[in-house]
Amino acid sequence: MPQTVTSAPVQRSTRESTGERTLSYVDAIREATDQEMARDPSVLVFGLDVDDPKAIQGTTRGLLEKYGPGRVFGTPLSEDAMTGAAIGMALAGLRPIHVHIRMDFLMLAMNQLVNVAAKSRYMYAGKVSIPLVVRSMIGKSWGQGAQHSQGLYSFFMHVPGLQVVAPTTPYDAKGCLIAAIREDNPVLYVEHRILHFQNGPVPANAYTVAPGRARITAVGNDVTLIGISQMQSECQKARLYLEEIGIQAEVIDPIWLSPLDINTIVQSVEKTGRLLVVDNGWVCCGAAAEIVTQVTERLQGHRTIRVRRMGFAPVTCPTAPNLERLYYPDGRTIAAAARDLVEETRTGWMPHERPELNSFVFKGPF
Amino acid sequence: MLERLYRSLYRIRRMEEAFARVYPTDKIKSPVHLSIGQEAVSVGVCAALRPDDVVFGTYRGHALYLAKGGDMKAMAAELYGKATGCTKGKGGSMHLISTEAGMMGASAVVGTTIANAVGYAYAMQYQKRDSIVVSFFGDGGSEEGVFPESLNFAALKRLPILFVCENNGYAIHTCQQRRQGRPDICARAEAYGIPAERIEHNDVLYLLERTRALTAKIRAGGGPQFLEVMTYRWREHVGPNNDFHLGYRAEEEAAPWVETDQVKRLESMIPPERCRPIQEEVDAEVEAALVFAEESPEPELAELYTDVL
Repeated sequence: MPQTVTSAPVQRSTRESTGERTLSYVDAIREATDQEMARDPSVLVFGLDVDDPKAIQGTTRGLLEKYGPGRVFGTPLSEDAMTGAAIGMALAGLRPIHVHIRMDFLMLAMNQLVNVAAKSRYMYAGKVSIPLVVRSMIGKSWGQGAQHSQGLYSFFMHVPGLQVVAPTTPYDAKGCLIAAIREDNPVLYVEHRILHFQNGPVPANAYTVAPGRARITAVGNDVTLIGISQMQSECQKARLYLEEIGIQAEVIDPIWLSPLDINTIVQSVEKTGRLLVVDNGWVCCGAAAEIVTQVTERLQGHRTIRVRRMGFAPVTCPTAPNLERLYYPDGRTIAAAARDLVEETRTGWMPHERPELNSFVFKGPF
Repeated sequence: MLERLYRSLYRIRRMEEAFARVYPTDKIKSPVHLSIGQEAVSVGVCAALRPDDVVFGTYRGHALYLAKGGDMKAMAAELYGKATGCTKGKGGSMHLISTEAGMMGASAVVGTTIANAVGYAYAMQYQKRDSIVVSFFGDGGSEEGVFPESLNFAALKRLPILFVCENNGYAIHTCQQRRQGRPDICARAEAYGIPAERIEHNDVLYLLERTRALTAKIRAGGGPQFLEVMTYRWREHVGPNNDFHLGYRAEEEAAPWVETDQVKRLESMIPPERCRPIQEEVDAEVEAALVFAEESPEPELAELYTDVL
């Protein structure tokens, strides 16, 4: 498997590897939570099932025993009120982490997130702040279907006062969660069930991956691929398919969707002249739309560029495996779209499937 | 205590009457939801609280803000959209806050702060503070989903919180009987395991007495308590005027509430020579607040972009 290359802007300062081990994404989240809870008694974690035997895929395992039921507790099935309660706790000086095993459930919490969490600091003129972390997971495959598969982060990107992060590697999972916990304002921390299975190097010490920094995960000159959340893994596959036909893709992981590191993306597109943003959500009014627009606004008039968005099919997520496959972009369809973008024509090319890439583990950080 | 209650009631009444008077001049740059007629609920409850207790309120929040000790000048300036306002002209009448006084905010979305109050109470319990939280909301708020969800969690964790349902009988122009299959809000609180009692009249003295008893119970670890206080909004839902001409309620319905006006009632219980200085002081304070609001500068334009994150 070809090695990916390190490139700026990497948060080198946070990469001093004091005891770097291979950890799963799940264990990276668990470790980040544990270290922050040990450091700061105001950190609490709660949500449906955080204290049950499965411990949110293991991300909260052992925390109840270590920190007790006052700091680690399962909640009633009341997303609305528990989000409001989390805000109340934050107003009183705590730093709550509210966990949702599916992002779809956040729809029950929109009033509190959009009308209170996002706005309190502003409408109360800085007299209060809401240091709240909301963890949620996007599902995919195994027939997750209509209400267990949605990537709804663009809803939150729309609202001033909210920050949104979607880490894709164990390294960033840990660093972003610690950064989110230490933030004085609300952060939507978006996980993906498939990414939970990722393994990768993670330093043992506590470190932060600060808001507003993207990461170039592969360097290339021909086309810029932006992969959001699990689509970052698919973009890595696409890069390998494109390599077979001599196209060098530059791949960027935005990591933080809000604040968005548009400079890193603009610099890349200035070089490649071609931008393909692959969203882990629908295309209409989505994160990809925002990224493409910002890049266009910055480059129009002094650099000719070609742009394209990809994302979920504009339908509700089906459960039948063949329909579901069609619903999502994947490494091959992304590669095909990228080639068309580069060659400025509909080539009709589709790479032959390389089964070994299906077990591709995106190992970051790069 | 009688004089303290009277001063508090009279301050709110005079301030809001002043707002109503000024309103047609368009100097007030914020929709006002006046508490006139309902002051006793905030005053009676807050008189039983300690400075370190915390309250959460609603968009009809002038009374609660003042009763809990919020600064009058800062409130007036806020309504005028001035830099000296309690939220520098960024929150307006519907989002009053005074962290110093323990008034922790108000929402323009009905019912929303009930959950915030519950979370604050959880933090107090966790931090082993012996102060308590009071959540104020209306009869309309009891219909939002957040109400039963919040009550359930408060009961589950035996949180140090007093729920005060300020029942003025109307959600904008729709009466409670047209909105609730069983218009018994206390019964709903009890269904979640929270002791509840209804105070049928806007009686500030009785409310104070009951709040003292209930807050003592809460401080002793007795868990959440619930009060439903029947009251009446004299003026329109939003704005400075009467609205009996709309026909959704009759003036006769208001008559008994006006007759038992708590401002008048307490005034009659205090010797005039002790009452008059209170009135004079408050009248001067209200006048000074309006002058302060008027003379204060507008926020700097750079303020638009501050306190976002």
